Amino acid sequence: MLTVKKVTKIFNPRTVNEKVALHDVSLTLKKGDFVTLIGGNGSGKSTLLNCIAGVYQADQGSIIINGTDVTRLCEYKRAALLGRVFQDPMMGTASDMGIEENLALAMRRGQRRSLRWGITNKEREYYKELLKKLGLGLENRLNDKVGLLSGGQRQALTLLMAIVKKPKLLLLDEHAAALDPRTAKMVMELTDIIIQENNLTTLMVTHNMRDAIKHGNRLVMMYEGQIILDIKYEEKQKLTVEDLLERFESISGEEFTEDRALLSKGD
Amino acid sequence: MLHILMAAVSLGLLWAIITMGVYITYRILSIADLTVEGSIVTGAAIAAVLITRGINPYAAIGFAFVGGMGAGLITGLLHTRLKIPALLSGILTMIALYSINLHIMGRANISLLKVDTAYTVFENMGLNTTTSVIVVGIIFVSCLIGILYWFFGTEIGSAIRATGNNPQMARAQGINTDTTIILGLMISNGLVATGGALIAQSQRFADIQMGIGSIVIGLASVIIGEVLFGKRNFASRLVSLVLGAIVYRIIIAIVLKLGMPANDLKLFTAITVAIALSLPVFSSYLATLKKSMKRNR
Ligand SMILES: Nc1ncnc2c1ncn2[C@@H]1O[C@H](COP(=O)(O)OP(=O)(O)O)[C@@H](O)[C@H]1O
Ligand SMILES: [Mg+2]
Repeated sequence: MLTVKKVTKIFNPRTVNEKVALHDVSLTLKKGDFVTLIGGNGSGKSTLLNCIAGVYQADQGSIIINGTDVTRLCEYKRAALLGRVFQDPMMGTASDMGIEENLALAMRRGQRRSLRWGITNKEREYYKELLKKLGLGLENRLNDKVGLLSGGQRQALTLLMAIVKKPKLLLLDEHAAALDPRTAKMVMELTDIIIQENNLTTLMVTHNMRDAIKHGNRLVMMYEGQIILDIKYEEKQKLTVEDLLERFESISGEEFTEDRALLSKGD
Repeated sequence: MLHILMAAVSLGLLWAIITMGVYITYRILSIADLTVEGSIVTGAAIAAVLITRGINPYAAIGFAFVGGMGAGLITGLLHTRLKIPALLSGILTMIALYSINLHIMGRANISLLKVDTAYTVFENMGLNTTTSVIVVGIIFVSCLIGILYWFFGTEIGSAIRATGNNPQMARAQGINTDTTIILGLMISNGLVATGGALIAQSQRFADIQMGIGSIVIGLASVIIGEVLFGKRNFASRLVSLVLGAIVYRIIIAIVLKLGMPANDLKLFTAITVAIALSLPVFSSYLATLKKSMKRNR
């Protein structure tokens, strides 16, 4: 479903600020794979997702989503294949527009936009049903501006917007990291349900080891712009935090310290 | 006094069209677009030249609209394709338009005293000039409110609103934000040029200088509308733009009547807008002041 082949991304090339954010990264996701992507602060997780989504163009290598080579495609064209949720709850929605308007924008992802009315009554009913499933009471607030919602509500809505068009690939970038622990838990549970129900191929960044182990069927770890671990299926099921720390240390040759990275054991 | 008031209302109605254009860039796209200062003259110039050549005044307004859209297109291309900051893109087009407008007119001003204008039909029905302008202004303004309300409710219009609100989100939802920005700028400047064409006909001349300060007047009208009539739904916001433009003209008429020299008008407008734009700062300052006073008590 996703093939990332030898992708390199260098920021500010040929300057003193040159930064190799991704170095020869290759990664293949099969249909239905739910990969948790973990790694310290600055290890290149977001850059990898941004290269897949087309926010940045890869300097080298190629990216193929569902058989389409998107390497040279711009961001808005790739959007048809993708669903995305960001770390910042502000980023995934238009705050001055209503809940239903945001959903309607998402519903038209990948379609040619015309002079037809931006939202139909039939859609409204559908959105009500979808929102009801979230259990947040948003189904009665279709016209409320998204700016009035809490961070957790916004992330839940963004998640819904990401999946209304059944994306080939769902990209989640620490989408629960900015929320308080209780809300984060709610959003993570919701994420699991939505991914299972829709059998979505997913790449989810987290800095929480426990979340990375608990969710998904594969765990990928990045370190300094490279993938250093890829733990799959049965092996992943048996994985513990201690295993993970041990394997990180033996590969990177560094001891894992809490303050060096945002990579937390979770609590 | 009544005559002064009527004149202010008539001028306000025409400036309401420009205000709508300014609103589209400033509030919907979140861009301060200085193209306005040039495209208002472009509209006036195109209309004046065509009307003096015997073209129907309403057709001339149509051409003015298209000319304004062209100006918006240039700014949009500079901004999106060449990645020049929006403010600078607008300034570049504005400067370029000064020469282009001179070329269109062939001289610095064109008189429309001896030709039929968009208002002549109503003057022939026995209305005086001011009333005719008010009638034409109301017709244009109400049609435009309807059209804009419809347009920004369509899929394309919603995409433009989303772009101004959160461009990252818009792109993630498959919206080509370059296209929506260009489109917004074109519609905005099309409206501004339409306003320019109507103003030139009401004052019966087109002048190369007539755009100076227009962006500030447009902003003043947008803000007055918001302050006085609130920011509720889109339809009422469109109406508030018109009321804002009219109130601005009435305020100007009053301060002139009170004896302020006409030369100080632009200074007065700039100060008004500066105060209005800084209102949020003052209100948050006042809120903190109140809080700390409560605490000290
Ligand atoms: N737009 C950018 N310009 C320059 N450097 C960047 C940019 N984005 C990320 N980087 C750098 O690339 C590295 C990887 O960043 P990122 O992918 O955001 O890490 P992560 O998401 O794993 O914390 C960091 O050193 C970061 O400073
Ligand atoms: Mg990151």
